Amino acid sequence: MIDARIIDKLKEIVGPDNVAAEIQDLLCYGYDATQMEFLPDAVVHPADTAEVAAVMKLANQERFPVFPRGAGSGFSGGALPKGGGIVLVTTRLNRILRIDTENLIAEVEPGVVTEQFQQEVEKLGLFYPPDPASLKFSTLGGNVAENAGGPRCVKYGVTRDFVMGLEVVLPTGEIIRTGGETYKGVVGYDLTRLLCGSEGTLGVITKIIFKLLPYPEAKKTMLTIFDSIDGAAKAVSTIIGNKIIPTTLEFMDHATLKCVDRRFKMGLPESARAVLLIEVDGDRELIERQAARIQELVKPLGLVECKVAKDAAESEALWKVRRLVSPSLRDVNPDKYNEDIVVPRSKVPDVIRRIEKIQQKYDIPIVNFGHAGDGNIHVNVMIDKEVAGQQEKAHEAIREVFRAALDLGGTMSGEHGVGLSKAPYIPLELSPVQIATMQAVKHALDPNNILNPGKMFPA
Amino acid sequence: MDKKTQHTEALKRVEQELKKCVKCGACRANCPAFSAFQREPAVARGKVALAQHILKGDIGLDDQTYLNMSKCLLCGSCVEKCPNEVPTDEIVIAAREALAEQRGLTTFHQAVGRVIKNRRMMTFGAFAASILGPLFFRKVPQTSGLRLRFPLPFIGNTRHIPGIARKPFLDRHPEVIPGEPGKPRIVFFVGCMTNFVYTEIGEAALALFRHLGCTVIIPKDQQCCGLPGMSGGDLQTVRELAERNLAALERHQADYVMTACATCGGALHKFYPAVVGRRNPELAARLKAIAEKTVDAAQLLQQLGLHPEETGAGEALRITYHDPCHLRTRAITRQPRELLTATPGVELAEMEGADRCCGLGGTFNVYHYGSSMAINEAKSRAIMASGASVVATGCPGCMMQLSDGLKQHGQKTRVMHTLELLARNLRR
Repeated sequence: MIDARIIDKLKEIVGPDNVAAEIQDLLCYGYDATQMEFLPDAVVHPADTAEVAAVMKLANQERFPVFPRGAGSGFSGGALPKGGGIVLVTTRLNRILRIDTENLIAEVEPGVVTEQFQQEVEKLGLFYPPDPASLKFSTLGGNVAENAGGPRCVKYGVTRDFVMGLEVVLPTGEIIRTGGETYKGVVGYDLTRLLCGSEGTLGVITKIIFKLLPYPEAKKTMLTIFDSIDGAAKAVSTIIGNKIIPTTLEFMDHATLKCVDRRFKMGLPESARAVLLIEVDGDRELIERQAARIQELVKPLGLVECKVAKDAAESEALWKVRRLVSPSLRDVNPDKYNEDIVVPRSKVPDVIRRIEKIQQKYDIPIVNFGHAGDGNIHVNVMIDKEVAGQQEKAHEAIREVFRAALDLGGTMSGEHGVGLSKAPYIPLELSPVQIATMQAVKHALDPNNILNPGKMFPA
Repeated sequence: MDKKTQHTEALKRVEQELKKCVKCGACRANCPAFSAFQREPAVARGKVALAQHILKGDIGLDDQTYLNMSKCLLCGSCVEKCPNEVPTDEIVIAAREALAEQRGLTTFHQAVGRVIKNRRMMTFGAFAASILGPLFFRKVPQTSGLRLRFPLPFIGNTRHIPGIARKPFLDRHPEVIPGEPGKPRIVFFVGCMTNFVYTEIGEAALALFRHLGCTVIIPKDQQCCGLPGMSGGDLQTVRELAERNLAALERHQADYVMTACATCGGALHKFYPAVVGRRNPELAARLKAIAEKTVDAAQLLQQLGLHPEETGAGEALRITYHDPCHLRTRAITRQPRELLTATPGVELAEMEGADRCCGLGGTFNVYHYGSSMAINEAKSRAIMASGASVVATGCPGCMMQLSDGLKQHGQKTRVMHTLELLARNLRR
């Protein structure tokens, strides 16, 4: 499919140093955090929009697939070159073009690492809230393409809520702008929102205009420990029901706490069955009031202990519990399927109970933690791939977890996307007409099925 | 690829470690080599993937593997931040060992192995260099550094190299310097850079621990820690040196094994048990015992209650502190700072990214000098921006690299070891 002639043409477009076809380079651009692996035929590192467009035009002429890739840290295989073709890496487009303090917007290229962008805007007293766990290494382009979330979404919303406009190279190689720099704007279809979360199937994002907020004056972190999952879950709906929207409401179940404690000796009380990590931010006086009110509200719900951080160092110590979850899970079993279902907030206890039953039925450990404040629970099915039959069991269990989320009015994925790993399950959530509508959009924009083929929809 | 003709034994020893990597990409945030090369084969995740494919037989121990595996400074930043605690530094060493088994050592690493195994040769070489130096090097005005008069293999003539001491540290002192009874007995593992180049670090260490009444033992038969050999995959040499060092250190009854070189400390504390111990299980228990006794000088000084008010007072200086990777990854970051800020006359101005690697990476600097200095560029700029006239650190290797970078920027910033500042007020 990709022969020496095409490699030469790619080299003409991006320069010889920015096309790799050596086996070792190919192997290093065929994986992501799903741990699936596919071998591309070439890896291309364009430097700007014009080069991306030229690559897409060539791909249409020569009919080879193009797989856009940022940091390759996705959890659903969105950047994986299944079936071969070229991987188009956007990390050389890594400039912050402007930060406009009068209009509170910023324009960036897609290869900028999320945390670096946050640090730059924070230097000017501004705030870009979306905080996916991968923010230290994932790129903003990838965040937009996957519509990334994070703990702070309870209060601030997801990546999509901060994207005002895009520059996009269409699958056929034309360059368009969507949206703009104004908060209001109703002319034409909202292509910006269509492209957010399109997982690199509808266009290659080459510039992003973000909305920014003033940086909050202060924040306060609390670790609340409950003697039951129900108590913790009730706390979530009680807090929000009382018109307080915390920045984050992170939940960890008993299995998670046991993992963390076994490895890191957090010294959590014996009776701890669930934990909520709560953070509020904003005006200093307001958050003091909010924090006090939250403590009052959760007290009758089986609260065992409430630790309130007095300063940044103590806050970091409380967050540590949450950050240690990931390394601790390996002690349960070496391999995990990390799903990210969402249910309406009030249904969190119901879905946890359903997952407990699924766990008993299949006899595999399932560890739950995540963003309870927006009903987004990370369901970690822990297996050992080397034990025969466990993978199959895990897939069955996952299917039932998805069904449970859907039954309760939720969705299969809140953050990770569909990509390859959830494509087989798509018909559980979307009707044939919904799928056909989406595929019609895809076909209209990408008649030759060049861009990220084989993703999102079942083959 | 024919698996049978591949010498992958070293990689097989780390097979379980390879499985821990879930390819999440967290290493991209912290890897100095990735910051310079900006391509996946340079980052920890990529190297783990390549090691896995070598074991599967998909790729060989060839030139390409050699090049990719050379793009690592063994700084341990990836290990420190890895959610799954994948020891990529050990994996890279294993890959380099496999490459050396398959292809033989490079000329450079053969030479390194010969030199580090033979301290007498090093001593003679250093003596010769201290006499003959002026033929090859010219002194860089206003600094204590040297610059080559003409380029030599592996060393360009823009590089600044510290001068060599006329008399090595180990030849200056008796083996045992008795202290007060009841006070700790300390074995001083000196290291080559302190022995031959920065002897003032050794003198400062000696003065400080004597001030505390400690008995300081400087075994005459101690050798190079072997890390330069390890970074080239020459584990045979490392094993020999480790055994000789074990014998030298075990010969004395001591409470601590003290190092003033982050790299030597890293070798004794981490790489000996992890890498040498894994490869030579018969040595594992002894290596572990030494590792448990190994402490960094600043760490131990604080533990023993040094009062820098007494030992370090001197002229007013604005300093900044650079964290050597092999102290940072052992969580020794607080102790040197606390000692320095307690020193009268010393004002600590933190630089941005004090915890980022200086770019030396031992022999990385020799193979990838351009990238090494590209990594160093941010460090030099951060030091300059701090407004400090002295940059303190705990590793002679870092000192050499920091000086090189700063001098190429035309800076007069002095590079000093933490211990030198702490001992300003002591007679040496």
